[in-house]
Amino acid sequence: MDDPLIDVNPNNPVYTRDLTRAGMWSGVISRGKTLRLTDLAGGANVGVLLYHADVPTERYNLPDTLKGQHIFYLRHPYCLHSDMGRVLASITADTVGWHDTVCGCSDARLVAARYGENNYQAARNDWHRNARDCFLIELAKWSLGPRDLMPNLNLFSKVVADDAGRLTFVPSHSRPGGHVDLRFELNTLVVLNTCQHPLDPDSQFHPRPVRLEVFRTAPPGADDACRRSRPENERAFRNTEDYVTLRD
Amino acid sequence: MTTSPLDPATAVYRHVIAAGDPWSHEIRRGQTLRIVDLEGNQAADTLFYDARDPANRYSASDTIQRQAALYLSTGTTLYSQLGDALLTIVADTCGRHDTLGGACSRESNTMRYAFDKESMHACRDSFICGVHAWRPDLGKRDIAPNINFFMNVPVTPDGRLTFADGVSAPGCYVELRADRDVVCVISNCPQLNNPCNAYNPTPVEVLVWNS
Repeated sequence: MDDPLIDVNPNNPVYTRDLTRAGMWSGVISRGKTLRLTDLAGGANVGVLLYHADVPTERYNLPDTLKGQHIFYLRHPYCLHSDMGRVLASITADTVGWHDTVCGCSDARLVAARYGENNYQAARNDWHRNARDCFLIELAKWSLGPRDLMPNLNLFSKVVADDAGRLTFVPSHSRPGGHVDLRFELNTLVVLNTCQHPLDPDSQFHPRPVRLEVFRTAPPGADDACRRSRPENERAFRNTEDYVTLRD
Repeated sequence: MTTSPLDPATAVYRHVIAAGDPWSHEIRRGQTLRIVDLEGNQAADTLFYDARDPANRYSASDTIQRQAALYLSTGTTLYSQLGDALLTIVADTCGRHDTLGGACSRESNTMRYAFDKESMHACRDSFICGVHAWRPDLGKRDIAPNINFFMNVPVTPDGRLTFADGVSAPGCYVELRADRDVVCVISNCPQLNNPCNAYNPTPVEVLVWNS
């Protein structure tokens, strides 16, 4: 009889966690694993920062990700680039189609102005948290701090720009059950929270529930869709694999 | 487009930054910094730090979020990542400046262009020298996405990012008034692989006036 503690089905996640309220999470996910984030109720936002776990001064870089792929937003088959010419993660699946990465995160001032004051004493665990404090709390657990804050991803959120550069948040963009998969190409510290998008005009404070699942996945082959999506990504994968070859 | 009444003859500081060089300088609260694109279409890659707390540094995403717009021009306040106003743009004869395109690096040049571009001089090496000139205890960890004064990186409504020929011209300038004591670090961009500086890096001049 099989040991019930050993999951032999490779399609099952090796880790599952549901985040509720203004949930926050951090962890190192190694090369060869995929994090699936699922918007359980629709309308979620997940703020994400990524750091190379071996050398955390290498981190997700907004400009290199955008200009390397000539994009203003994220979706499959784009990649999340570090500041060292390498790929931290690839978007290998995506039912949402547009994820913001230029608008940053909420802070205490914004949350108080938009939703009103609601402290822990008054609201217990439904109190009004903000995304920057959530990032700083989780970063501190890895000996990181304000010097390590960077422009973050806002998964599940869509913001569009007009010709003059003015930005508009698109409400109800992400549907219940929508998901996005991040396959890690380097061992990566993932720091995230489910606070609402900073340009979401909704006056109600209600972060949506999000499920995290981690799967073991095959390494990207020569014909991988993310690798092949642009010549810049092919070179970034080569840089990444050079790093792994020298280190292992 | 807004011009400035300030007379260069009354500036308390003037310096020409050669193409490819770093520069760092403290701008006191109330002082005005002018950056002049002397020959046109140059990219002045620029970082700002709270002079008392380097972790309280310029944040592209906080600045974009607070004005709900991508490009920088007269009236834009530059915010730190801890939510403080660092400087405000008070004059601008160029009209549009970028803060999405970041700075070139030797590593990103291999990704963007070709592996044999790795030996070419790049802004993020200059930024490391620029922050070291201010404080040797700072380093790569302290270098966040920057402003590209005089650079044109249009975003299309369908979400494409393009590098267009510059909207700047010889003598165009941008002027910023400091809302607190800040340190400015500039890398005068040496990039030779894209049209951000018309493939011809040239000097910029910086001037400072007292309030």
